[in-house]
Amino acid sequence: MGIVEWATSPWGEDVPIHISFFLLWVSAIAGLLFLIGHAIWVKAFAKPEKFAASGPPYRDVHIPAKVPRHSLAARLFHWVMAAAMLALLITAFLPKVGVQFPWVTYHWIAGIVLTASILFHIIHASFYMDFWSIWPDKIDIEDAGRRWRRATGKDSPAPRRFAKYPLENKMYHGVIVLAGLSVMLTGIFMMFRVRTVLFPRNPYLFGDMTWGLMYVLHGLAGVGLIALIMVHIYFAVRPEKLVITKSMIFGTLDREHYLEHHDPSRWAADGSSGRAKAAS
Amino acid sequence: MAIVRDIMPAFELFQPATTDDAVGLLAKYGRDAWVMGGGLDTFDWLKDRIKRPSVVVDLSQVNDLTGIRPMGGGLEIGALTTLTEIVRNPVVKEKFGLLHQAAELVASPQIRNQGTIGGNVSQDARCWYYRGGWKCYRAGGNICFADTPSAINREHAILDADRCVAVNPSDTAPALIALEAQMVIRNRKGERVVEAEDYFIGPATDITRMTILKPGDLLTAIRIPDKWAGATFYFEKVRDRQVWDFPLVNVASAAVYSGGNIERIRIAVNGVAAHPVRLKAVEDAVRGKPRNAATADMAGQLAIQGAEPLRYNGYKVPLLRNLVKRSIRGVEEATWAS
Repeated sequence: MGIVEWATSPWGEDVPIHISFFLLWVSAIAGLLFLIGHAIWVKAFAKPEKFAASGPPYRDVHIPAKVPRHSLAARLFHWVMAAAMLALLITAFLPKVGVQFPWVTYHWIAGIVLTASILFHIIHASFYMDFWSIWPDKIDIEDAGRRWRRATGKDSPAPRRFAKYPLENKMYHGVIVLAGLSVMLTGIFMMFRVRTVLFPRNPYLFGDMTWGLMYVLHGLAGVGLIALIMVHIYFAVRPEKLVITKSMIFGTLDREHYLEHHDPSRWAADGSSGRAKAAS
Repeated sequence: MAIVRDIMPAFELFQPATTDDAVGLLAKYGRDAWVMGGGLDTFDWLKDRIKRPSVVVDLSQVNDLTGIRPMGGGLEIGALTTLTEIVRNPVVKEKFGLLHQAAELVASPQIRNQGTIGGNVSQDARCWYYRGGWKCYRAGGNICFADTPSAINREHAILDADRCVAVNPSDTAPALIALEAQMVIRNRKGERVVEAEDYFIGPATDITRMTILKPGDLLTAIRIPDKWAGATFYFEKVRDRQVWDFPLVNVASAAVYSGGNIERIRIAVNGVAAHPVRLKAVEDAVRGKPRNAATADMAGQLAIQGAEPLRYNGYKVPLLRNLVKRSIRGVEEATWAS
């Protein structure tokens, strides 16, 4: 059983047509195994987090009780995107597991909502937020090495506190960007294969091979998102992460959590990046 | 490259003698099993080597699936009852003439002798791209070859197309919907009864199936209640060859008139979508109205709302409109202006 299904075109060419849908179960099971593995690791093996000192304590007196983390616009984007993503997964995969309903129209409408929200986010993050705060920097990489060495029992200096986002968060964002942009771009082109109110249907836009690869990429990214979203929801409801989840609802972090996990020199409590502050 | 046809691929043949045995086999083999009634749809698929089931369950020995029995004031028709038996049945002819007319217009006498009512309502789409073995949407692929700018799609859908534009080719299906028939389905979990209207599904719901039957399901009987017994019926089928063809469009209506007004009515059409279409909006619009040319005209116009013809099937729009008009008022009201 291959991961891609092939068909013969009317011109006798073998072309891919879509992924094999057992991959949906592979992704779901992989997500579930990660959840179980992580929960066991946290419960039985993980050591308490220890960070290097991040600066003189007098600097902290100006930090407010509630540290702003996510603006209203950022939170709205997140929840609109989450709703669209769940709608897309439900409309895409429920029919594959036997729940039949007219899914295509709901699917492309949810896709349009997702696309609009992502476009908004790209503009918002590029011009109105600290764009680089979500991308790994040199300190993240160094600290990942330190944390790994300490976790495996080797000597290493304590890692520094995080900037606005921990490295895991940044890596997750990177993978979601890849998967999200893949489904979004391929999905927009795939809308030319069905009838929508947005543009005339044109199945000749690409050749069979290109269309086939597009369907395969859409499918791979789609099933990948099953595991990714399972992992995301799992972390959102873990007790130690609830404070972060709440910040995505209310917009702020508690001062204590901020001081315990974040480095004011890398992410200032007024919402600006420490980097920007240091440069100014 | 030449393709060898007319030699069926090998399969394991089961010929159960009872419905229970048939259902047991279907449960055991699931997706691998192919249900064969009269064989008219089956042998096309098998001889063309397009469908290759590993197991064929031939129902021809299951006697309890045949026959027409009274039930309440209506009838229960075994799914394996031939169309000829239905045409010849005096009760069907007297009380449910709509089904009589529809069954009589299916294909040819030879085919009606062999073809079953269950097979007629459950047969697969006749789109030649699909039947030709191309990996289209309905065959599990990602394209409809009939819905491309250069496709030959004269027989295809004008309503409710969703990626696939194939149509349902059954003549008896719209008649059964108009008569408010119910389909009796069995599987290993038991029996369920669904309205004929809900038995058929379009590509938006499942692009690879024409009915709600899933692997393991068996249509065992069709029940026709007495709600429309003796009503005024109208069935008309337009086809290319008058002696033997699938419908381009057909219409079935059952109506009760009172004082020249339409007291109640049900209308269904087929050949215009991947499922028989009950024209509920038309029914609602004409109910209580006088049975005259104006009402028929309104019904015809309403029936074609939302029609989206393809390159070669634009003729189906006026055809549908006029058939619906005729189903309300009668043949003399037809106007063939587009």
